[in-house]
Amino acid sequence: MNIVVCIKQVPDTTDVRIDPKTNTLIREGVASILNPFDAYALEEAVQIKERLGGTVTALSMGPPQAEAVLREAISLGADQGILISDKEFAGADTLATSYTLSRAIAKVGEVDLILTGKQAIDGDTAQVGPGIAVHLDLPQIIFVRKIREIDAGKVVAERMTEEGYEVVESSLPLLLSVVKDINVPRLPSLRGKMLAKKVEIPVWTAADLETDPDRIGLKGSPTWVDKIFTPPAKSGGDIFTGEPQEVVEAFYKKAEENQLFS
Amino acid sequence: MSAIKVINETCTGCGLCQKVCPYDAITLKDKLAVIDLHKCTLCGACVEKCPVDAIEITVQRRVQDGLEEYEGVWIFAEQRSGEIQPVVYELLGAGQRLAKARSTRLSAVLIGSGVEKLCDVLFQRGADVVYLADHSGLDNYHDESYSRILTRLVEQYKPEVVLCGATSLGRSLIPRTATELKTGLTADCTGLEIDPESGHLLQTRPAFGGNIMATIRCENFRPQMATVRHKVMVEAEPVPGRQGEIVRFEVKEEDLQTRATVIEVVRALEETVNITEADVIVSGGRGLKTPENFQLLVDLAKVLEGAVGASRAAVDAGWIDYAHQVGQTGKTVKPKVYIAVGISGAIQHLVGMSSSDTIIAINRDPDAPIFKVADYGLVGDLFEIVPLLIEKFKRK
Repeated sequence: MNIVVCIKQVPDTTDVRIDPKTNTLIREGVASILNPFDAYALEEAVQIKERLGGTVTALSMGPPQAEAVLREAISLGADQGILISDKEFAGADTLATSYTLSRAIAKVGEVDLILTGKQAIDGDTAQVGPGIAVHLDLPQIIFVRKIREIDAGKVVAERMTEEGYEVVESSLPLLLSVVKDINVPRLPSLRGKMLAKKVEIPVWTAADLETDPDRIGLKGSPTWVDKIFTPPAKSGGDIFTGEPQEVVEAFYKKAEENQLFS
Repeated sequence: MSAIKVINETCTGCGLCQKVCPYDAITLKDKLAVIDLHKCTLCGACVEKCPVDAIEITVQRRVQDGLEEYEGVWIFAEQRSGEIQPVVYELLGAGQRLAKARSTRLSAVLIGSGVEKLCDVLFQRGADVVYLADHSGLDNYHDESYSRILTRLVEQYKPEVVLCGATSLGRSLIPRTATELKTGLTADCTGLEIDPESGHLLQTRPAFGGNIMATIRCENFRPQMATVRHKVMVEAEPVPGRQGEIVRFEVKEEDLQTRATVIEVVRALEETVNITEADVIVSGGRGLKTPENFQLLVDLAKVLEGAVGASRAAVDAGWIDYAHQVGQTGKTVKPKVYIAVGISGAIQHLVGMSSSDTIIAINRDPDAPIFKVADYGLVGDLFEIVPLLIEKFKRK
């Protein structure tokens, strides 16, 4: 089974703080990490490979420093990592990004399964996975919490819904996006770490992918950010302290006054 | 030529652009701003901030042919098992505003099996037209058939705006449709307005886990597409007896072809679990100490007619199922009242609940970060406070 996992390097939002004076994001010293959802996609890919054989290729589109997450992917069991990077890709929205990634997947060759995390924590759109599926004319199962069966012929997977889950059966090739429930990612092995240090990460540019210049980067992006602003900071709330009885009484009075539960 | 550049002759090296850049792409070198083109996303925050207009973005954007042919506001009327989903009424509310601002009609797209009877309620809630694809083969939701039909309808009738609920169904369907149509899509909008000058749609959404807001445009392509989460927009009020027009889509066999098939739909959740729909959520964290203690929260949730949520710590400890998890790797919720019990308030949790209308925190530690976002903070031992709250609200 040849599996491609699309991963993204994202700022660790735990580190993102708002400067209380200027009310802007402080990005200094913010670490870049592997998008947490992509770690589950990667783990699932490695587990499938361990059962059925084949290869796991990690793809990431981003600046040169995104190479780090590809090395991490290799330390976690991916066979190879490919960086998709070119200044021409700058300003890509989800349409241009999914197109670019679909070109890279086509270049990888015969692919049976594409895995992604359900969304990236910096943009939270969950749009790139389905976009890739459409560009490659593939079916998809989105928000997968469990793969029940997988072989060369078909996949049966559970997809999370608001009310429970749906069991979906599909032919291969296809794209799956996964949620956290699906597995517990392993820690990197020592051998994996050694491998990750040495391995060469090829870089594919726009020319390598034979992309249509009208469909990548800013030019290929129907949407753009018009304005960025910081939401007004929340003013301090009412804090109740003292004996539990007093705390509850005082809060209850406020709750009634403001009709919180009506 | 790069799309963004600093005019060195004008730049004073004040550093304001560096501070405002959300992508950490600007550094100061020899008292001049330098932009790292690999990090820059051309968001334009620096251009707006620069006091001396020393940063320029020159963009050659493509424009779709025949933009002016697109007219009307559409919403996707999601139904499951023959029931209109509540987010649809909110989409109709938002759609009404937009249609009015554009002096145009509001339409709904309804796809399913035996769903024609639902048209009336859509008309009552403000739809002027319902595009109806009703066929026994459309009983369960399937990405490929639903997206194909929606795409065909858009191609044929050319609406300028299409809105869809950011539900598990909508988030699987609508990115496919937008990609097939090669147009833009903005996820989870919290604000949708028509720009009074240009008539284009201004789509505002949170980014970086809600730390900043971004307004997105899709000026040169149609339709302008957006998803909206449940409980964000105001519902359209029903007008009894209001009528509209049904436009039927003739479903052909080839429209129904699909490679991924739903073989079973499992409704596994009790009322106390459906946290994305609940008006009141009582959430527990590490402070609860044992799985048994979650019963305390279930009791409080029952009294308040709410659902039970949890922090990642509680889920990872195995105290409660993942379906309850609120936060970055769980669900994002926006109830009327969110009660955080024994949750310290790590940023990963806060991004999943900070847009709740009212936040109540119960925690022993007065310095816990959760109190910073709380409208009401109850400092004390949860094992004493929660039973007292249950008593209080039970008596009501």
